[in-house]
Amino acid sequence: MSSPKISVRDVSLKYSDGKESLRHINLEVAHNSVTVLFGPAGGGKSSLLRTINRLNDLTDVEHLSGEIWMDGEDILDAELDLIKLRRKVGMVFARPVVLPMSIGQNLTYGLELAGEKNKDTLDRVVESSLQAAALWDEVADRLDEPAIKLSGGQQQRLCIARVLALEPEVIMLDEPTSGLDPISTGKVEGTLQMLKNRYTILLVPHSIQQAARTADHAAFILDGELVEFSPGKEIFTRPRDQRTEDYIEGRFG
Amino acid sequence: MAASVGRRQWIQRVGFASLLLAAVLTVIPIVLVVGIILFRGAPAINLEFLTAMPSDGMKSGGIMPAIVGTFLLAIGTAIVAVPFGIGAAIYLSEYATENRWTQAIRVAIINLAGIPSIVYGLFGLGLFVLFLQFGTSIIAGALTLAIMTLPVIISTSEEAIRSVPQSFRVVSVSLGGTHWQTVRRIVLPQAVPGILTGVILGLERAVGETAVILFTAAAFFLPSLPSSPFDSTMALPYHLFVISTQVPGMPIQIQYGTAAVLLIFVLGMNLLATIVRSRARARRQW
Repeated sequence: MSSPKISVRDVSLKYSDGKESLRHINLEVAHNSVTVLFGPAGGGKSSLLRTINRLNDLTDVEHLSGEIWMDGEDILDAELDLIKLRRKVGMVFARPVVLPMSIGQNLTYGLELAGEKNKDTLDRVVESSLQAAALWDEVADRLDEPAIKLSGGQQQRLCIARVLALEPEVIMLDEPTSGLDPISTGKVEGTLQMLKNRYTILLVPHSIQQAARTADHAAFILDGELVEFSPGKEIFTRPRDQRTEDYIEGRFG
Repeated sequence: MAASVGRRQWIQRVGFASLLLAAVLTVIPIVLVVGIILFRGAPAINLEFLTAMPSDGMKSGGIMPAIVGTFLLAIGTAIVAVPFGIGAAIYLSEYATENRWTQAIRVAIINLAGIPSIVYGLFGLGLFVLFLQFGTSIIAGALTLAIMTLPVIISTSEEAIRSVPQSFRVVSVSLGGTHWQTVRRIVLPQAVPGILTGVILGLERAVGETAVILFTAAAFFLPSLPSSPFDSTMALPYHLFVISTQVPGMPIQIQYGTAAVLLIFVLGMNLLATIVRSRARARRQW
């Protein structure tokens, strides 16, 4: 692959409470494509995402080593500007968390934190990010309503739109459809396919099927180790590692 | 088998009846106290009683200076206790890491809440009235009451702040928010109703407090209203104490009337706290 967007080098992580960990992870995330991290729960997929946008800084981490390079900077550098990093690497969580404010305010929240006050700019971003997340038609005339009134699927697309509003370069999604019905799931997945032309996407899918449907590249992560990293077309049809094959065929996990 | 079922149902009934009895017994004293005082005090309460100075050695006239004094003390207490209390609560819940130092602060706050008010009164007398030479004054009383009120405000505010879902904080930070932006824009607005409830309950305690102002702020009788924070003042709870025990031949009607006014203040604040809480709960988006 050409020069990767994110390059994870020998990252190891251990939490103080002993839950989840990462052991010597090496991974290259390609530009403008969907890279899927899959494997059994508790294997370390979420931990890897939370390391890449340094959200783990909010958690008790006992040990963290290695490097994560993006655009010529080591993300794990203690001196790194975290605000800048988190605007560049957006994150969507498993459970849609809409902030306790209106739909419109949810979308402008991040920009306002960064000091954007121009109402025209904010209005434009609200519309364009909702369009990009395929939610505009459903909420265009109710932007002032509390976001909590939206359905689960709409809330999750609002969360995606909220990330898009910051014009990030990378979007990480941690089981973004785990709480959604199949129709909403289809809409979110459709949104992802549209987005990958412009963004680098890291996805923890909520099922093997979703992984197979969406992955350009896929990494199988088991007990904190990266077992196999291959193009999506290969890993789900001709896995190289026995453990990957066992997992895909449902023999464990 | 049948006998056993009957026995179990009988135990069930006895258990239910004793729990009901316990609940009723706690309500009776409150109903009696409030009922008797309001019933016997109501006839004394009229516009003159609320707005006139006492006259004839306090045996007639009104209790206006005591009402005003209680207001001033409550406002002074709030000015000091609210910013410090909320600040401490934000620090403890959002910024402090759990260690011996914060544990010590917590233990101190809990113990502060348990100190008898007469001790606060003597402390205020020593520190504010005598050492800092504020004299028996509104400011000395308000500062002492503020110290006494702080634990209530801190612990309820901390509780309110902690009950804001952690997921909001994570999302805010993930959208590029600093910790302080997150606290100010998400956490505090969501915690305001809980904080307000704590503030009202804390001030309610200050309004009804007698021992503290006895040493630090209150005067037996003043011919005019205080004109500066360094003046002493009359106040409802202490006035009630004075007219009930220190003045011979006091008409009982005035005693009941004064008690009723104080009670209405305190119950009113309680009601306000309840309204704030239930309205916030109805509007809450999580």
